[in-house]
Amino acid sequence: MTTWLYILAAGVVAFLTKLIGYLVPARVLKSKRMTRVAGTLTIGLLASLTVLNTFANGQQLTFDARIGSLLAALIALLLRAPFLVVVIVGAVVAALLRLAGLG
Amino acid sequence: MLRVDAAQGAGRLACMKLWRSPAARTGASVAIATGLYGVSFGALGVASGLDFWQTQVLSLLLFSGGSQFAFIGVIAGGGSGGAALGSAALLGIRNAVYGMQLNALIAPRGWLRLGAAHVTIDESMATASAQADPAEQKRAFWVTGVGIFLLWNVFTAVGSLLGGAIGDPKVWGLDGAAVAAFLGLLWPRLKAREPAAIAVACAVVTVIVVPFVPPGVPVLVGAVVAALWGLFGVGKADEGLEPDVEPPHRANQGHDLEPGSGDERERRMP
Repeated sequence: MTTWLYILAAGVVAFLTKLIGYLVPARVLKSKRMTRVAGTLTIGLLASLTVLNTFANGQQLTFDARIGSLLAALIALLLRAPFLVVVIVGAVVAALLRLAGLG
Repeated sequence: MLRVDAAQGAGRLACMKLWRSPAARTGASVAIATGLYGVSFGALGVASGLDFWQTQVLSLLLFSGGSQFAFIGVIAGGGSGGAALGSAALLGIRNAVYGMQLNALIAPRGWLRLGAAHVTIDESMATASAQADPAEQKRAFWVTGVGIFLLWNVFTAVGSLLGGAIGDPKVWGLDGAAVAAFLGLLWPRLKAREPAAIAVACAVVTVIVVPFVPPGVPVLVGAVVAALWGLFGVGKADEGLEPDVEPPHRANQGHDLEPGSGDERERRMP
């Protein structure tokens, strides 16, 4: 039940964030600093989420099949594969490594 | 009678224009490419422990790819709902910046504003700002935004059903798919040295704090590092504001807020 509350709250917060841009006078948000922090936040959060999903297991750091997924995804991206292919490559590599008894 | 005919004619003319508009076609292709990967969100949503409807409501209401993946990524890692909400909210802040720019570009009025706000995401912003003509900017924005909203939700449902049907997500490597998805979302934003340095700094700090703070909090620590970097570091104003799927004809230009700042983007990292 609390999960539902957080989901709905996240939806409301996201919508209001978007709406703010349309409602406040442009000069309030039109500072370079605001634009820049929005950008660096996006990069930082996605980087954090990438390593967290690779190495974290609750509060422990673990080294398992997900590292293989990270490397395989990196190679796929270097080869300019589209997003969906990258995701599938990540899944297949983790599944194969586990099938082979690794991680 | 005559008036009805005239209205029908005008409607048909508008449809014809939309069909012939290059901006609308670009928007449609971006919408299809982006909408398709709603499958991965749906599958990962149910793998993270959410049920079908919880995953679907995230796509319907939260509707912003990065924020949605952040929410389920924190939940999958054992983080609290509050931490999931926090990272999703922080990742959505750039949408406020887009909203402000789109308000100047397409100026929606009345109730349309609410609809425009809801479909304000990386891709609709990018395709709209890639157009020079104001009418084309409007078409690009609405076709991309509404198109992605519809397809993203349909494919989220498909992904949830598939994900729910396959049993243990680890056997199918879905946790590895989440890793790849986040790297894939990050990748288009790493086209110069500075964003790569931000990414590495945040990644290192995140890994270091994992053993010492509750699950879900490391992401927020990474966010603080990134925000401080943005506030006190010196660099391009629009770093990190790129779409996940770039409009085809501007693939090498990056996302410029100011004319003439595109050359830095040509030097691809790595």
